[in-house]
Amino acid sequence: MGTTRKFKIWRGDSQGGDFKEYDVEVDPGMVVLDVLHRVQSRQANDLAIRWNCKAGKCGSCSMEINGRPRLSCMTRMNAFGADETLTVQPLKTFPVIKDLVTDVSWNYRQNKRIRPLKPKPRGADGEHRMYQEDVDRVQEFRKCIECYLCQDTCHVLRDRGGQDQFVGPRFMIRLASLEMHPLDDDDRIPEIRKEFGSGMCNITRCCTEVCPEHINITDNGIIPLKERVVDRYFDPIVFMGQKLFGISKRR
Amino acid sequence: MLDISELKTVETDVVVVGAGGAGLRAAIESSAQGMKTVVLSKSLLGKAHTVMAEGGLAASLGNTDKRDNWKVHFRDTMRGGKFLNLWRMAELHAKQAPARVRELEEWGAVFDRTKEGLISQRNFGGHRYPRLAHVGDRTGLELIRTLQDHGVHQGIDFLMECTALSLLKDGERVAGVLAYYRETGRFVLLKARAVVLATGGGGKAWRVTSNSWEYTGDGVYLAYEAGAELMDLEFTQFHPTGMVWPLSVRGILVTEGVRGDGGILLNKEGKRFMFDYVPPRFAAETADTVDEATRWLNGDKNARRPPELLTRDVVARSIRAEVKAGRGSPHGGAFLDIASRRPADFIKRRLPGMYHQFMELAEVDITTEPMEVGPTLHYFMGGIRVDADTQMTRVPGLFACGECGAGMHGANRLGGNSLSDLIVFGRLAGKCAAEYARSLSSTPQADAERVKLAVRGATEILNRESGENPYLLHEKLQDVMEEGVGIVREEEDLKKGVLGIEELKERAKNMKAHGTSQYNPGWHEALSMRSMLVTAEAVARAALIRQESRGAHTRADYEGERDEWVKYNIVSRKGADGNMEVEKVLRPAPVKYLEEIANSKIEDLEAGKIGADAPND
Ligand SMILES: Cc1cc2nc3c(=O)[nH]c(=O)nc-3n(C[C@H](O)[C@H](O)[C@H](O)COP(=O)(O)OP(=O)(O)OC[C@H]3O[C@@H](n4cnc5c(N)ncnc54)[C@H](O)[C@@H]3O)c2cc1C
Ligand code: SF4
Ligand code: SF4
Ligand code: FES
Repeated sequence: MGTTRKFKIWRGDSQGGDFKEYDVEVDPGMVVLDVLHRVQSRQANDLAIRWNCKAGKCGSCSMEINGRPRLSCMTRMNAFGADETLTVQPLKTFPVIKDLVTDVSWNYRQNKRIRPLKPKPRGADGEHRMYQEDVDRVQEFRKCIECYLCQDTCHVLRDRGGQDQFVGPRFMIRLASLEMHPLDDDDRIPEIRKEFGSGMCNITRCCTEVCPEHINITDNGIIPLKERVVDRYFDPIVFMGQKLFGISKRR
Repeated sequence: MLDISELKTVETDVVVVGAGGAGLRAAIESSAQGMKTVVLSKSLLGKAHTVMAEGGLAASLGNTDKRDNWKVHFRDTMRGGKFLNLWRMAELHAKQAPARVRELEEWGAVFDRTKEGLISQRNFGGHRYPRLAHVGDRTGLELIRTLQDHGVHQGIDFLMECTALSLLKDGERVAGVLAYYRETGRFVLLKARAVVLATGGGGKAWRVTSNSWEYTGDGVYLAYEAGAELMDLEFTQFHPTGMVWPLSVRGILVTEGVRGDGGILLNKEGKRFMFDYVPPRFAAETADTVDEATRWLNGDKNARRPPELLTRDVVARSIRAEVKAGRGSPHGGAFLDIASRRPADFIKRRLPGMYHQFMELAEVDITTEPMEVGPTLHYFMGGIRVDADTQMTRVPGLFACGECGAGMHGANRLGGNSLSDLIVFGRLAGKCAAEYARSLSSTPQADAERVKLAVRGATEILNRESGENPYLLHEKLQDVMEEGVGIVREEEDLKKGVLGIEELKERAKNMKAHGTSQYNPGWHEALSMRSMLVTAEAVARAALIRQESRGAHTRADYEGERDEWVKYNIVSRKGADGNMEVEKVLRPAPVKYLEEIANSKIEDLEAGKIGADAPND
């Protein structure tokens, strides 16, 4: 009961490549990743794809589908018109390894630059007391599955020069999750500004739009960090925002 | 001819194969003990199976119900495992899990909180009290991210997308690992004093499974080929609630947290059928009316637990029986209903992942409609045989922990006991591997012949002119396992299964991968077929020998538990002729206090009439 659908899949490596067309039988309920697997097992055994959980939990299967950064395991075929050709290509912000697989090691290097939690001492009863309402925000950031779709879409990082100056939305919210962690006893504001480049973000909110975990990256994460920075230093964009658009201070 | 001096070589003290919860915890410990430690993983850091765990992590913190302690946790674990667990492992696990969970907090984990600001704990099947520390339904993500973010600052070397192919030896003892980078296809020789296997399970040999592509039983295969023993492989857990529709998502897990938070199972007639399937051993502690089950849900501490929270083997078999009797849901499962039991905002808060998963993948809104669910192959209780106190195999210097190890869970694992297993035994394996590595006076020297053989075995697949398509062989193996070695087993089918596997082993000798060695999934698939075949064979052969039904192993031709069989584990190893040897091995007797606790009446245990003399460390 399947139908045949047309796919244009980018095939190639760091030296270059091109789109190749595939006609694939698609069954009801399939997601794009299922279709790619079918191509892999039947037509192109060596088609390189990254994936693990097939349930939107691991953030491995990121790619660009019809130009939009998406998780291929959570993109259903019926989201597209019945005779629409699907164009599938690797993330643009990171160097291609092969086909749909990119080298995302830059992200791991950024993560390593972030100092770990510096926990406050435990209470007299040996417990760390934290209340749910105090950790809700931190938990929102910790939902991140490191799919790097936000990194892919952020124009600061797309321009590769920007990668030397800004860690990107993923790591801004990781920093926010530490900065707002009730147990963290570290001062992170100076480096958030200087080393990690909070000033580079100009709040376009493109990252928030593509986040499959629906994390409110900009409004709940980056803007409050920028405000904490402003409280100590000066950030022209937040300054303007506060002046012109009435972006309010929180927490 | 290959000259092994040309291979890229890395020298270290300890190699950990696997970067899931167990591998990361082992590496953190080994590094903390001052050993130079390298971690390999098939996928990127943070993507291992552990990331998918949903419901929680079992530890008797006693935050939600003060009556909980290690003894009750231990008793639950033994009963869940149908008394086949290694007593000592179940004891160590129950005793050490709380400290390991608190340590995670120190490293940045943010669990859901109780009103008092402590770690909140939820109910799960087989656990007497709310015991699972959790973060919504994404507990595994919290665990792996915490270990990852802590681990990267401990001086550990991580080799991502680097797959172990073979263990190297120096005489009897382990001498390192041969691996290849997926990206380039290049080989790398890791010379080490000790190796810890933490590679997870092997569910990919079945078609309907909650497991990812990584679960091809690599650790079991590597250990087997290196001369270690395997144990308890007949015990493969079918989780009762996997998605059944649409077909392309069949097998994806629906967390037990749904039932823990009040979800009930219904057949197509709308009947809550689990009341009909309560095994005698659990009858005294299970509600026998809908009314009592409802009181339990509303927090009545005197009410007994609803039958939906019986152990997984029981629930999975019950769903299967309903379907067989023609009372299944439209796509061959049962209905799992939480919509009529809890308000929508409660469901969205407690089970956000499930809400999202059903909405996106099945277009079902679980706050208004029931889900359709059925059994899915989920977990390997069996695996590599280790010593409980050191996690070492019978090969000196070779350790195993996490899902690829055996012994902790016996015939059936309780939900939440895996994540805690990872951190308890991951740490222990890391510690003992470090101690072992330190105790050696010289670095073992890898046998060059073995290296050459392993490299040749791998490259042949690419160099051959033509041959079998590894993907199609894999599909064939899945047919064989679904038909012959499924949830209910029988001698005739199992024998056919073994024959089927033997035939595929022959065909696999002639696999061909097209293209180059650079990031070539066809080649990776062919290499992992070798592990899957050994793992599948060990499961089928062990299942054939165990002539009883116990926990996750159900024999239609030998119903019920047989007292005789609780005395044995089934152990397999590679024989001198290269064939698999499988035998019944007598289990050691338990120490007295453990036996008493496990067999006690719960009232006596809680009143302190039993187990008062048991040591607490
Ligand atoms: C959907 C789902 C939900 C679950 N929910 C729960 C839950 O709520 N509570 C609970 O307690 N348990 C749960 N489990 C079970 C639990 O998650 C797993 O048993 C556990 O995470 C296994 O951890 P591990 O460290 O042993 O292996 P994994 O996390 O699977 O890691 C294995 C590692 O080994 C690596 N590896 C494998 N082979 C090789 C090789 N040849 N070379 C190099 N590296 C290799 C992999 O790349 C990976 O890094 C769940 C499982 C699933 C599938
Ligand atoms: S809001 Fe900031 S971080 Fe997000 S995409 Fe725009 S510039 Fe990048
Ligand atoms: S913040 Fe969202 S989009 Fe960015 S990496 Fe995390 S999950 Fe992906
Ligand atoms: S495969 Fe894990 S998010 Fe898609």
